[in-house]
Amino acid sequence: MKIRSEQFKGNVRKQLADEALQSNLSRFGGGFADRRRDALVKVDDFEALRDRGASIRAEVLENLDYWLLKFEAEAQRRGTQVHWAETGAEANQILLNIARNAGVQRVVKSKSMVSEESGLNEVLTEAGMTVTETDLGEYILQLANEPPSHIIAPAIHKSRDEVSALFEKHHGTPRTDDIPSLCEEARGQLRPHFLAADMGVSGGNFLIAETGSVTIVTNEGNGRMVTTLPRVHVAMTGIEKVLPTLEDLSAILRLLPRSATGQDITNYVSILTGVRDEGAMDGPQENHVILVDNGRSRLLGGDLHDALRCIRCGACMNHCPVYQNIGGHAYGWVYPGPIGAILTPAFLGLEKALDLPQASTLCAACEVVCPVRIPLPDLMRVLREKELTQGLRPWHERLSIRLWRWLALHPGWYAFAARWGTRLLRGMAGSDRLLHTLPGLDGWTEGRDMPAPQGETFRDQWRKKQAAERKIIPIRLDPSPSEKKAGLKK
Amino acid sequence: MRIGLFVTCLVDAMRPSIGFASVSLLEAAGCEVTIPDTQTCCGQPGFNSGDRPSGIQLGLAFLRDFEGFDAIVAPSGSCIGMIHDYPTLFKDDLALQARLNVLTAKCYELTDFLVNHAPKPLSPGRLSMTVSYHDSCTGLRQLEIKSQPRFLLQQTQGVELREMKDAEICCGFGGSFSIKLGDIATQMADKKCAHALETGCDAIVGGDLGCLLNIEGRLRRRGDPHTQVKHVAELLAESLVNPQLEKS
Ligand code: SF4
Repeated sequence: MKIRSEQFKGNVRKQLADEALQSNLSRFGGGFADRRRDALVKVDDFEALRDRGASIRAEVLENLDYWLLKFEAEAQRRGTQVHWAETGAEANQILLNIARNAGVQRVVKSKSMVSEESGLNEVLTEAGMTVTETDLGEYILQLANEPPSHIIAPAIHKSRDEVSALFEKHHGTPRTDDIPSLCEEARGQLRPHFLAADMGVSGGNFLIAETGSVTIVTNEGNGRMVTTLPRVHVAMTGIEKVLPTLEDLSAILRLLPRSATGQDITNYVSILTGVRDEGAMDGPQENHVILVDNGRSRLLGGDLHDALRCIRCGACMNHCPVYQNIGGHAYGWVYPGPIGAILTPAFLGLEKALDLPQASTLCAACEVVCPVRIPLPDLMRVLREKELTQGLRPWHERLSIRLWRWLALHPGWYAFAARWGTRLLRGMAGSDRLLHTLPGLDGWTEGRDMPAPQGETFRDQWRKKQAAERKIIPIRLDPSPSEKKAGLKK
Repeated sequence: MRIGLFVTCLVDAMRPSIGFASVSLLEAAGCEVTIPDTQTCCGQPGFNSGDRPSGIQLGLAFLRDFEGFDAIVAPSGSCIGMIHDYPTLFKDDLALQARLNVLTAKCYELTDFLVNHAPKPLSPGRLSMTVSYHDSCTGLRQLEIKSQPRFLLQQTQGVELREMKDAEICCGFGGSFSIKLGDIATQMADKKCAHALETGCDAIVGGDLGCLLNIEGRLRRRGDPHTQVKHVAELLAESLVNPQLEKS
């Protein structure tokens, strides 16, 4: 997928000015969050489930190599072919080879975020195949030629009007604002594609090591058809998605739908194991799994390791006030919201997404809902630290942090700076005691005033008050001679 | 009970009345208040910008200033949250970490202290106004400050508390975020203002000055010169001047 994360600030400006988008965002804003809250009321101890989810995922990652090899062995034993791809490009090449060997012309896809990472659709199209996205949201986006803006609801930024207009343009059908009719229309369009396809490409929510199965969690029947109707099925997914046992899957499934959409369970949970049995009516004759690294293994054992626990539920973006204001496209790559602000720089390189770890107030609304307890704000702080220590922040920011820190460690100088700083600000304020502009801080004053300091600093006033009460002469805390001399007093 | 008051850098510079209000409230709750003169900032602005030394060095300064007190109180959930994180920054020095653990266990956000830990309960006085309370993020999610300020406001005679929609959603301050990504912060603050104003309150009240500056800044720019934006400590301290009336 084309990377636009470098232009985050520009993307943000565009998204904030896009009235249609803003109205769509505020119309659905909080919808998933409300549903999640309602769903949790019915669960006895969701916090205990979160603990369990976090520990299952953490333990897998401790021995990822073991579980992946176990998965491979079990999958192969059941006739599934397992491929390993270090990069997205490699994954595309593997898939292309499978398709060519099997004489594939027509491909149907169900949702796969990893194939968004690798830009699979373009590669297949260039190779002369037709690719049809069959997840309703992805299908809409394919018509609109847009990337997804959410990991579980890819077209969440589109209103029904926009969808209806797209359908009118591409299917030549009359406009309607009835959502069931729009779904029916898409279904009608997609059915012939399912029946004619030679190959189905899916993602994989989880890989089950003990049985070599791929698990797909969906709300639309398309996933089932993509994985069972065509003669070849390829699942493309990340290496971190493995779970040891079906027991673990059942624990995780208690968390995923509730966290994602507030459902107790999704409409479909498919556990795909091996190839079509002899004499069976359906199931693929050829079954492949492509395990994609694409930057993941670099995180193992490092300070961003915990991000690999992610089960892609989307709760962090559903609860993120920044995401809710700018939408997913602003983040500029496959994964938006808090987890995207970590994965994008982690997978693509920090210099490709400098603003993303900064795009958070660290309000921790994400952290308290994450089903596998990823400390998202801490991880963003880790990335901020890397940016600073690697010299990737602007020089004036680096300088002002150092200067500020030096002052804060020297109370005398600090008091002096605060005293004169506040006097200056008070002098600059108008009769309304507001600052309408602040040199160097237009990021603040473009949309907000700054209330001027009230008066002398607290500590100056406090010292005077205490002195008056005790009838002693106030001692002003100015830089002490030793501080002045040594520069650093410890 | 000897209390060390951590005034916080923002209150020191921008709104000292919150500091004085905190002193009155703590004294009314039976505390003896000391304000160490060498305190500056908890280190959060630097630390959250990715400067770990800010957290470490100011953590040490905090230890120097406040280790001797029975309890340490600040009129800010955000700063107390940062202070509670200090021990995690000293994983390599177990002795120091242990000292910080002892220290931070007795560091409280003001309203939490007044409601749950003060030597005697605070009895707020009387005011006449309607207020709406904004929950600041760190206080809410890290320290579980939610009922404490509301309890105190409800104890205040003549104060009517009206809940705003999305009171728990961030106002967009986030320290340097509010400057680096000011346009997002502005829109977030704008929504906060709108939700607060929908309640028809006289004052938007909160427990963290950063958020209050952000909200007031947006409110004034929207052209509202009237609605007050106040720290909960200021309101409660003002109420102390008017003793409660006997209910007839
Ligand atoms: S980080 Fe947590 S909340 Fe966000 S998508 Fe992943 S699992 Fe869900």
